[in-house]
Amino acid sequence: MAKKLLSDFTVGESGKIVGVTGEGRIRRRLFDMGVTPGAELIMRKKAPLGDPIEITIRGYELTLRKVEAACVEVETK
Amino acid sequence: MKNFALAGNPNCGKTTLFNALTGSTAHVGNWPGVTVDKREGVYKGGAEHASIVDLPGIYSLSPYTPEEVISRNYILDEKPAGIINIVDATNLERNLYLTTQLLEMDVPVIIALNMMDAVEKAGDKIDAKKLEKALGVPVVEISALRGTGIKQLMDRAIAMPAERKGTTVLQEALGDKIAVARAFYEADGQPSPLFHAIKLLESDELELQKKGAKEALARAAGGEDMEALIADERYKYISAKLAGAKVKSSEGQLTKSDKIDKVLTHRVWAIPIFLVVLFAIFHLTFSEDLFFIGAISEAAGHPLPALDELGLSEGGAMALGLIYDGAVFSPGVILTNLLGLLTDNITLGFSMLIEVCGGAAWVDSLVCDAVLGGIFAVLGFLPQILCLFLFFSILEDTGYMARIAFVLDRIFRRFGLSGRAFMPMIMGFGCSLPATINTRTLADDKERTATIRVIPFFSCGAKLPILTSMAGGLLAIFGVGNVDAITFAMYLSGVCIAILSVLLMRNTTQRGETPPFIMELPAYHLPGFKNLMLHLWDKTKHFVKKAFTIIFASTVIIWILQSFSWNWEFLLQDAQELYAADPVKWASLEAIEGLVNVRANESILGGIGMLIQPLFTPLGFGSQLTAFGWVFAAAALTGLVAKENVIATFGALAAIVAGQYIDWEAEEGAVEAAAAMIGGTGISIPGVIAFIIFNMTTIPCFAACATARAELPKGKFKWTLLFWICTSYIVSCAYYTIGSWWWTCFIWLALAAAVTALIVLRNLGKFDITKIFRRKKKE
Repeated sequence: MAKKLLSDFTVGESGKIVGVTGEGRIRRRLFDMGVTPGAELIMRKKAPLGDPIEITIRGYELTLRKVEAACVEVETK
Repeated sequence: MKNFALAGNPNCGKTTLFNALTGSTAHVGNWPGVTVDKREGVYKGGAEHASIVDLPGIYSLSPYTPEEVISRNYILDEKPAGIINIVDATNLERNLYLTTQLLEMDVPVIIALNMMDAVEKAGDKIDAKKLEKALGVPVVEISALRGTGIKQLMDRAIAMPAERKGTTVLQEALGDKIAVARAFYEADGQPSPLFHAIKLLESDELELQKKGAKEALARAAGGEDMEALIADERYKYISAKLAGAKVKSSEGQLTKSDKIDKVLTHRVWAIPIFLVVLFAIFHLTFSEDLFFIGAISEAAGHPLPALDELGLSEGGAMALGLIYDGAVFSPGVILTNLLGLLTDNITLGFSMLIEVCGGAAWVDSLVCDAVLGGIFAVLGFLPQILCLFLFFSILEDTGYMARIAFVLDRIFRRFGLSGRAFMPMIMGFGCSLPATINTRTLADDKERTATIRVIPFFSCGAKLPILTSMAGGLLAIFGVGNVDAITFAMYLSGVCIAILSVLLMRNTTQRGETPPFIMELPAYHLPGFKNLMLHLWDKTKHFVKKAFTIIFASTVIIWILQSFSWNWEFLLQDAQELYAADPVKWASLEAIEGLVNVRANESILGGIGMLIQPLFTPLGFGSQLTAFGWVFAAAALTGLVAKENVIATFGALAAIVAGQYIDWEAEEGAVEAAAAMIGGTGISIPGVIAFIIFNMTTIPCFAACATARAELPKGKFKWTLLFWICTSYIVSCAYYTIGSWWWTCFIWLALAAAVTALIVLRNLGKFDITKIFRRKKKE
């Protein structure tokens, strides 16, 4: 069990969200897309140029940039 | 007639359901004040008709995106008889998140559980009855794609009671806080108090505008950050109570969608595959050598015979000419040829009709050349525009477009744009119209403005003849250059100018944070044929309407300006009469029928051309030219209506410059006309290049301007026009001066460096431009 930012994840890593920070608009958008504390996620892949990333959360695929992923704090398994 | 609002997430089959419900009664408009589609239609399948409004696809009812604000205000202000909330059964959790918010409003809600077939196919089960009990509103299983369950859905929707009090899933966790906030709204009789109360707890910007709201929030929340808590509680409730209705059979299996995705977003192959797809789209739309057999046979040393070498009968040549001329055409070109055949015959019919009725020659010229010619010239683009639309709609509907944005976002972020901006830009190479409309996929207003402004710099199909004929003319007169190389260099210049402009705008007038890129990647699926066709039909209607209004008016005006002198003398003359009067001078008119304009320099257009000619002196095609220098100014002017006019004007004016009539529509005619202009006016090589660049980057055609005006945020259009004029003027001036006197490049570099430094300093906050002006005023 270790805490780490989603932006530092490697492909295939999974974990449970413990916190979401960031400016109002981005934070709200993350919440609305289901990125809330307690949700489980798996890092699926990186785009060919390394950024953005793709995760599976709540049964669907979500893409976000590393800057935005840095707002998400995750407890890895 | 009861009216229902259709609400749901993007990609949940909402458009398909809307089309299935309303069929041909649907019509598309815009929501007031924003460029978001507003679609309305009538459901006629039941005993009672019902009107349906399609709300934009949304994930939530936050105050941050125009789509969400529209949906929220529509339900609260227009008070529909009910909301049909379409829920994607394959993605229940996230879809129900919106449902929990809709339920908080005082409005009847019915859930349409879509894509149940896909759930069952995957071996999962959803208990609709259980869901209905948990949510307290009707739940109906449907398949929008197959059209099943739609009648039951509408029957139950129409039978819903007129009133419903809002309920919330947050009652257990946050009941007392909500009650405090609710009391604040109930005090002055606000409808849907529960919804407003919860939004207030979320510190919603729109709610906080209300008088006394801030104090009420402080009372209810006690300074706690409720936003995260509320979102969290919603999802918790959904996974605990509602997801229980879903039984999953298997997990961890790779679906078909995953397998496709593995290839299409592959670390190495993603970009090459994307380039091939893009090439295929343009090839299928514009190529005159579909299977490369023309090129291959030529390379092999045995070129296929051209159409006129086959010795076919006239009818046979006409029929075969639609699909073949030394190589097989692409579908886009074949459709264009078909339409061309039709419009040519309509023009011919009108011409004969006028002759039979004894109409004057000028009537024929006005009706056939100006009115029909103008409209058909624009309509002529329709097949290829529709082809582009079709292919890009397929990309969008299959889910590949979202992956393209995912793959390319990294590159575009450098210029302050998101990966989504790529599509409209690349479509610009085909035609600016569909490209401009496509910017609707961009969420951010500033990003959209910047993108719309640079779309014309991606040289469209109609500008290509300017490039090739001017380059051909250069080669013919000065013997320099290579047509392909010049054309390619010009295209590349356009792209560079676009990149620089975006960088400049995103750092000055369109400054703003790079819009966030938090986006769903929908599962891949086959696009629905009916949806695609309805989509294309919408675009066709839009385009035809435009062709018959704006274009119609502007072509008539241009015709008048070209055909009359300042004292309203009619200048067009009968070609055969001219030839009969002086067969030596007008030898080139021998085979021409109808009216020609060999006195265009006396026309009003010529006068205006001469008047504005000095303005173009710094660009190399102004006062420094010898005789007839104004033709370049006049051609650029007519190009504002449609870019084909630039070369058409050259064709018309070649008669006076070169002393002979050139049929510019004939093969090589355009190059001859351009060569005549270059040779006859004494323009220099840098001047010609500057002229090409000017036409490429200046105000686009009327149709594109009208579209840009409709799509840009309010009040931005006049600045956009100014931006186009300034950009084309400055860039052409740079090309001309550097091309004529190489050392001027140092002046331009110094200027560019100074401007960059100024912007950087300003953006760092170290320098305030407005300060200088203020100080000056004081003195």
